[in-house]
Amino acid sequence: MSTFETRNKKRELTEKLIKTALIIASVISVLTTFGILFSILFEAIEFFQMRSFWYFITGMEWSPGVEGSKFGAIPIFAGTFVITIIALLLAIPVGLGSAIYMSEYASSTTRDYLKPILEVLAGIPTVVYGFFAAITVAPFIVKAADTIGLEATFNSALASGVVMGIMIIPVISSLSDDVIRAVPDSQRKAALGLGLTQGETIRDIVIPSALPGIISASLLGLSKALGETMIVVMAAGLRPNLSWNPLEDMTTVTVTIVNSLVGDFEFNSPETLSAFALGLVLFVVTLILNIISLRLIRKFKEKYKVNTL
Amino acid sequence: MIKRKNKNIQNPFYDASLDKRHASAKRFKRFTLTSLIFSVAFLAFFLFDIISKGTPAFKVTYLHVDVTYNQKSIEDSRFAVERKYRKVISRSWLRDLPKQVEENPELMNTTQTMWVLADDQVDQYFKGHHYKLKRKDKALIDDMKAQGRINTEFNSIFFLHGDSKIPENAGFFSAMIGSILTLIITMIVAFPLGVMTAIYLEEFSEDNKFTRFIEVNINNLAAIPSILFGLLGLAIFINLFGMPRSSPLVGGLTLALMTLPIIIVSSRAALRAVPDSIRQAGYGLGLTKIQVTRDHVLPLAFPGILTGSIIGLAQAMGETAPLIIIGMIAFIPDAPTSIMDAATVMPAQLFTWSGMPERMYIEKTAAGIMVLLSILISLNAIAIYLRKKFEVKW
Amino acid sequence: MVEGKIKMSKNNKIKVKVEELNLWYGQNHALHGISTDIYENKITALIGPSGCGKSTFLRCLNRMNDLISSVKIDGSVVIDKKNIYDKDIDEVSVRKKIGMVFQQPNPFPKSIYENVAYAPIKHGIVAKGKECDELVEHSLRKSGLWDEVKDKLNDPGTSLSGGQQQRLCIARTIAVKPEVILMDEPTSALDPISTEKIEALMLELKKDYTIITVTHNMQQAARVADYTAFFHLGKLIEYDETETIFVNPSNKKTEDYITGRFG
Repeated sequence: MSTFETRNKKRELTEKLIKTALIIASVISVLTTFGILFSILFEAIEFFQMRSFWYFITGMEWSPGVEGSKFGAIPIFAGTFVITIIALLLAIPVGLGSAIYMSEYASSTTRDYLKPILEVLAGIPTVVYGFFAAITVAPFIVKAADTIGLEATFNSALASGVVMGIMIIPVISSLSDDVIRAVPDSQRKAALGLGLTQGETIRDIVIPSALPGIISASLLGLSKALGETMIVVMAAGLRPNLSWNPLEDMTTVTVTIVNSLVGDFEFNSPETLSAFALGLVLFVVTLILNIISLRLIRKFKEKYKVNTL
Repeated sequence: MIKRKNKNIQNPFYDASLDKRHASAKRFKRFTLTSLIFSVAFLAFFLFDIISKGTPAFKVTYLHVDVTYNQKSIEDSRFAVERKYRKVISRSWLRDLPKQVEENPELMNTTQTMWVLADDQVDQYFKGHHYKLKRKDKALIDDMKAQGRINTEFNSIFFLHGDSKIPENAGFFSAMIGSILTLIITMIVAFPLGVMTAIYLEEFSEDNKFTRFIEVNINNLAAIPSILFGLLGLAIFINLFGMPRSSPLVGGLTLALMTLPIIIVSSRAALRAVPDSIRQAGYGLGLTKIQVTRDHVLPLAFPGILTGSIIGLAQAMGETAPLIIIGMIAFIPDAPTSIMDAATVMPAQLFTWSGMPERMYIEKTAAGIMVLLSILISLNAIAIYLRKKFEVKW
Repeated sequence: MVEGKIKMSKNNKIKVKVEELNLWYGQNHALHGISTDIYENKITALIGPSGCGKSTFLRCLNRMNDLISSVKIDGSVVIDKKNIYDKDIDEVSVRKKIGMVFQQPNPFPKSIYENVAYAPIKHGIVAKGKECDELVEHSLRKSGLWDEVKDKLNDPGTSLSGGQQQRLCIARTIAVKPEVILMDEPTSALDPISTEKIEALMLELKKDYTIITVTHNMQQAARVADYTAFFHLGKLIEYDETETIFVNPSNKKTEDYITGRFG
C-alpha cells in the first residue's frame, strides 16, 4: 500500500474511534437516568419485601425505630402537599404578575435591569434560603402569629412554604415571560384596534394564548418544590404530622429521606431503606410532571412556531 | 400618558363604560407591578439581612491579659492565666499554648501581656448580641472594656481554620478546600463527557429514535430532584463500588452527573450558533467531519461552551442535598489532603453550622454565605463577561 | 401639500377632516403636513410606493400610532366635529368608532362566535344571550361568512381558511358598530378568489360605513375606490376621484407611479 493509503486507513480508524467515544459519552446520560431509577428501585423493592407497600401508600402512622415500626407515608405526603401548596400560592401569582409587567408594561431599559435581578434569585443556593427561613422567617412568623393571638411553632410549614415560594418565583416568571412574549403582536393590535384597554387585552387575549406555557411553568415550579430539600431540612419539622394548619410543624418526603439515611441504622434495615421507597415515589411523580410540562411547551411551540423557548 | 378625561359634553366619543374599564385595567397593572416590586424587595431585604448578620463575623474579639509560660502552664494551660480569666478566654487558644512555646522557645519562663482570643460568648456580648455569661464574667468584661483591654481584630481564623466544636475557633478553610477538590473532580468528569455528548448530538447524530431517546433522557435528568442523585451516589458509588464515604471523589462524581445536562444543553446551543457556512467551507476543501468539527467548529463554539460550563460549575458549588446523602456533613476539622479523604463542602458547612446552638455560629454562617455568594456572583460575572467579549456577530 | 382639487365635493358629506398632520418617529419626520377630507360612505384608497407613509397615516386615524413610544404627532384629525387628538379624548374610545382590519388575518384564539361577540360584550353594546346571538349573526351575514360557519360557531377561529379568517376579522370589526373602517392592505395575504370576495364585500359595506383602505395594488384601488390618495415620501401628493387619478393625474409624480416608472 502506498503511504497515502496507509495514512487514509489510519485516519479512518482514528475517526471511527473518536465517533465511538462520542457515542459512549452520549450514552452516559442514559445510563445515569437508568442508574438512578434502578438503584432506587432495587433498594425500594428490598424495603417492600420487609414492609407492606399498601400500608406505605395508605397508612397514617410513620414510626420507625421502635418495636413494631410502622411506615405509613400519608402524613409525610400530606406535609409535602401543604408546604408545596403554600409555596405555589405565593410563587404563581407573584411570578406570573412579575412576568406580565416585565413583558407587557415595562420599558426595555427597565426590563434589561429587572430580568437579571430575578435571575439572581434563581442562583441563590437553597442552603442559603434554608438559613434565611430558619433564622429570620420562622421567628418572625412566631412573633407575628403571637400578636394576633395564634400559636406558631418555630418549624411552621408556613416558614418553609413561603421561602420555598420565593425560591420558585424565578422558575415561573422566567418561562412565563418567554411564552408571553412569544404571543404574536398581531393579537394585541387586533384587540386594541377593537377599542379594548391594555389591561383587557392582556387579561383576555394574551394570557389565554400563553396559558399552555404558563401551566407548564407552574408544573415545573411544582416539581421543583416537591424535590426541594435544604429549605425544609433546615426550617421544617421532623415529625410526620397530618394537619392542614400551616402554623404547625410537619415534615416532607425529602426531609424524611435525609433523616432515614443519616441515622444510626444499618443500611439494610427498613428504617434506612424507607428512604429509597420515598425516593421512588418522588422520582415517579416529578418525572410525570416533567413529561406533561414538556409536552405542553412543545404544543405551544408548534402553535406559534417559536424557537426561542 | 394622555389624560383620560372622557367628558360628557359634546364629545361624540364619550363612552360611559370606559371609566370603569380603565379603573379595572389600572388595578391589573398595579397588581403586576406590586408582584415585581415584591420580588425585588425580597432580594434587597434578604441581602440586607445576610450582610448585617454576617459582617460582624469578620471581626473577632481579643482580650489584653497576662500569660505565663512555664512548665506548669505547658502541662495544664489553665494555669497560664489568672483564675478569673479562665472562663472568658478561648479554650482553643489555651490549648495551643504548648505549640506557641515550641515555636518560640524564648517565651519559656516569661510572662507576657498579650492580646488573647476571647471566648465566643464574650465576643457576642461585646458585639451586642444574645449572650450567655455568668454575672461575674460579665462584670469582668465590663471592667476590661472600661480599661480599654478589649478589642476586635480582623478574623483571619475564619479563613485559615477548619471547622471546630469551639465556636470562636471555627473557620471556613477546610470547607473551601473540600469544595475545590470536589469541583475539580466534577469538572474533570462532566466537562469532557458533556461536550462530547453535545458534539455527538449536534454534529454527528441523525434524527432517529436513538438520538431522540438520548435527548429525552437528558431533559429528564435536568429535572430530577438533586436529592435523588445523592441516593444514586450512595447506592452505586459507595455501596457497589466501595468508594470512600464523604470523599471529594464520590461528591465530585455525583455532582458531575447533575451538572451534565447543563453543560450539554449550553454546549449544544453554542455549537448550533456556529453558522453552517463554516462547515460547508471545510467540507468543500475535502476535510472529514471530525476534522471540520475539531479544527473549525469547536474553536468558534468554545466561548459559549466555556460560559455554559462556568454556569454549571456555579450551580454545582451551591449544591448541598446530594452531598449530605453521601455523607459530606461529617465534622471535618482538618482540610482534606486528597480526593479520598473525608471532606465537606462550603454549602454543607453552612448547613452544619446553622444547626449549632451557639449564637456565634449564626454570624459565621452568614459570613460563609457572603463568601459563597461572592464567589458565585464572580463566576457568573466572568461567564457573562466572556459571553459578551467573544460574542461574534455572524 | 395637496395638488389637485376635488370637483364634486358639494354632494358628499365629509366624515374625516385631516389638517396639517405631522408625525415624527423620534427624529425621523415621517408625515409632512397632510391635509385632506375623507367622504362619508365612500371607499378611499391610499396608494404609494413602500415606505411612503400611507400605513402610518392610516394608523393616525384611529390613534394606533400612540402605542409606539417614540412617536410625536402634530395637527388635527376631526371626526364628527371633534378632533380625536384633543386632550379630553380617550384614545380607547376612538377605536370603537373607528375600526381596523389588518393585513394578516389575526382572529383571536377563541371560537368563531367568541371572536365576534367578545368586544361588543366588553363595550356593553349587547348583553350575553339572545341579543348577542343576533348581533353575531348579523355581523357574520354582513361580512358574507354566515352561511359558511353557521353550523360551526364553536369551532376555533383559526380553523378557517385565510380568506374566511379575514372575513371573520371584518365581522369582528363591524360587530362593535363603528362608523369608519380602516383597512391596512386587507387582501395582500390572500389568494385571488378570497381577494375578489373581500373586494365585493367592501363595495357592500360602504353603504353603511366609511372605508379607508391602504393598498399597494393599484388595480384594486381602481376596482373598488371612489377616491384615491397618492402618497410619496411622507407627503400627500395628489387626492382626487379614482378615475381622475388613474386616467388624468395632475402631478407628474403621480403619473410616474401609475405608469410604473417607479414603485
